[in-house]
Amino acid sequence: MEITWQTIAFAAFAVMTLGGGLMVVLSRNLWHSALFLMLSLFGTSGLFVLLVAPFLAAVQVLVYIGAIAILVLFAIMLTRRMMGLEETQNTQWPAAAAVALVLFLILFVTVSPLVDEQWFKDILGGDKKDGLGQRISTLNADLPVDPDAKDSGVVANEDLNIVTVEAIGEALVTRDGFVLPFELASILLTAALIGAIVVAREDEA
Amino acid sequence: MYYVSELLKDAGLSDGLANTLGIYISVILLATVFLLLPIFTIWVERKVAARFQNRVGPNRVGPFGLLQSIPDVVKLLGKELIFPRNVDRIPYMVSPVLMVMSVVMTVAVAPLGPNIIGTDLSIGALYFVAISSLATIGVVMAGWGSNNKYALLGAFRTVAQLISYEIPLVFTLLIPVMLAGTMSMQKIVDFQGDNYWVFFYAPAAFFIFVLSNLGEVGRSPFDLIEAESELVAGFMIEYSGMAFAMFYLAEFLHAFLIGVFAATLFMGGWQGPFVQDVPALGILYLTAKAFFIYFLTMWVRLTLPRFRIDQMMAFNWKFLVPVSIVHLLITGFFWKVLPEPDVTGNFIERLWYGAPRMLVMFVVSALLLGYSLRMLRNAILRVREETTAKLREAYPTAHPTTAPAGD
Repeated sequence: MEITWQTIAFAAFAVMTLGGGLMVVLSRNLWHSALFLMLSLFGTSGLFVLLVAPFLAAVQVLVYIGAIAILVLFAIMLTRRMMGLEETQNTQWPAAAAVALVLFLILFVTVSPLVDEQWFKDILGGDKKDGLGQRISTLNADLPVDPDAKDSGVVANEDLNIVTVEAIGEALVTRDGFVLPFELASILLTAALIGAIVVAREDEA
Repeated sequence: MYYVSELLKDAGLSDGLANTLGIYISVILLATVFLLLPIFTIWVERKVAARFQNRVGPNRVGPFGLLQSIPDVVKLLGKELIFPRNVDRIPYMVSPVLMVMSVVMTVAVAPLGPNIIGTDLSIGALYFVAISSLATIGVVMAGWGSNNKYALLGAFRTVAQLISYEIPLVFTLLIPVMLAGTMSMQKIVDFQGDNYWVFFYAPAAFFIFVLSNLGEVGRSPFDLIEAESELVAGFMIEYSGMAFAMFYLAEFLHAFLIGVFAATLFMGGWQGPFVQDVPALGILYLTAKAFFIYFLTMWVRLTLPRFRIDQMMAFNWKFLVPVSIVHLLITGFFWKVLPEPDVTGNFIERLWYGAPRMLVMFVVSALLLGYSLRMLRNAILRVREETTAKLREAYPTAHPTTAPAGD
């Protein structure tokens, strides 16, 4: 593998994401966990930048770090006696670890065809028929191939950027795109907003 | 970045070297200049504040006291960093860094001239909002990490304030983005070179943008975060020395950057006469506009007393947010409905043919602002009347104005 600036940046962001994620579950102090969660999310947004998805990166920072993680922080800070616990929170961590492992495997198998076919084939039983490796390579063959991607190699960053933002916007509001899910999500969010206000409101009667 | 690279190319460097060096030099230049800028703006602010309060202000060190800030910085550098017992060390120390970072990083997308810009991101406006929102975390970390109840109360207020004021900020930021049809800062400025400044299409948005930015910075009248009379110094109560200075630096730099970004988005940024021939002139124009807006914010800060926390939230949610939403809808509507003028002619022709559209939108926006201000005033007068009536009932003998204030 060739080592470029992108590789180094990727390694840094990957360490940030995974290390942050690990510290979220390993840290005894719940408040520190929330801060590490932010670090992990920030690493993810860095990965989005490397994938030339600047819009997603900015939204990741704005929504996940700027809003959701802050909410988590406050939920922790406003909960009585959640801070400074030195003993383990509960005894269900083996079950949690098992669930995490299963989810990880599912993700791994789903995403792996995209990564490196041969490597996985070798690991997962070589070229044996009906082996996992064979099935993965069939999966990989079905993936749509972008004809331009291989020829042009690197596309100028700025062109890609513009396409990304406009494409997302167009996809969200055209009939062939995702206008129905988009509108449904909007209605859902509005309903949730109104619901929250109604629940939080003091009784006036 | 592009400008520095071109200068280097003119000096005879090869393209690749010029581009690489250009990036490094401009990063260093941008970060350093903007980090040192508060040394000057603090002097400006102290002088202006002194004039508003009928004083002279700093006048001992250097001509007009210009160098006063430098010994102040040296003093702060020499001060001890105090760690109170039981502070959460890492968040406590990361917080000031994060605060400065969240402000300095926004400089990257501020266009200073036709091709003088850190980096012209296609999502410039969104980047500005996203990076600014990191300041909230800095305040929360400081508030909790300090292990101090006043600091924590300050942090609680911050989240309420910063997140609330982000909403009108984004809604008004959308107006230049919508009119120019792009989120790139440089293209928004270019748009204002071909048409009128966005300010003339949507004057109300400009005022709401500056006001909600003031709320984001947390300066008077929105300085509930550090309200001296209630919270001593809010979230930064435990900080000393350079750590304290970094909060200070972030605040002053942010206050000035309000001017830079408001000028960029609403007042044509670096646009001005002859700027296409001499790109460096753009920096001058932008600085002049930015300082004008900075002066406006100082004016507000030095004139108005601090809001009460409920008043501040009500001002945002019951005034700024609805007005900015309605304004966005109205601006979008008129922008689509009014015929697009011919933009092919020279500068004067473009202005002439664009005038009718601009005038209609200006009047609509101004009417909206005027009407909503009237509603706000009436609402406030109603509250005052109710309070006075209540007071009269409670203290029948006393004159209402001398009665103790109630709520």
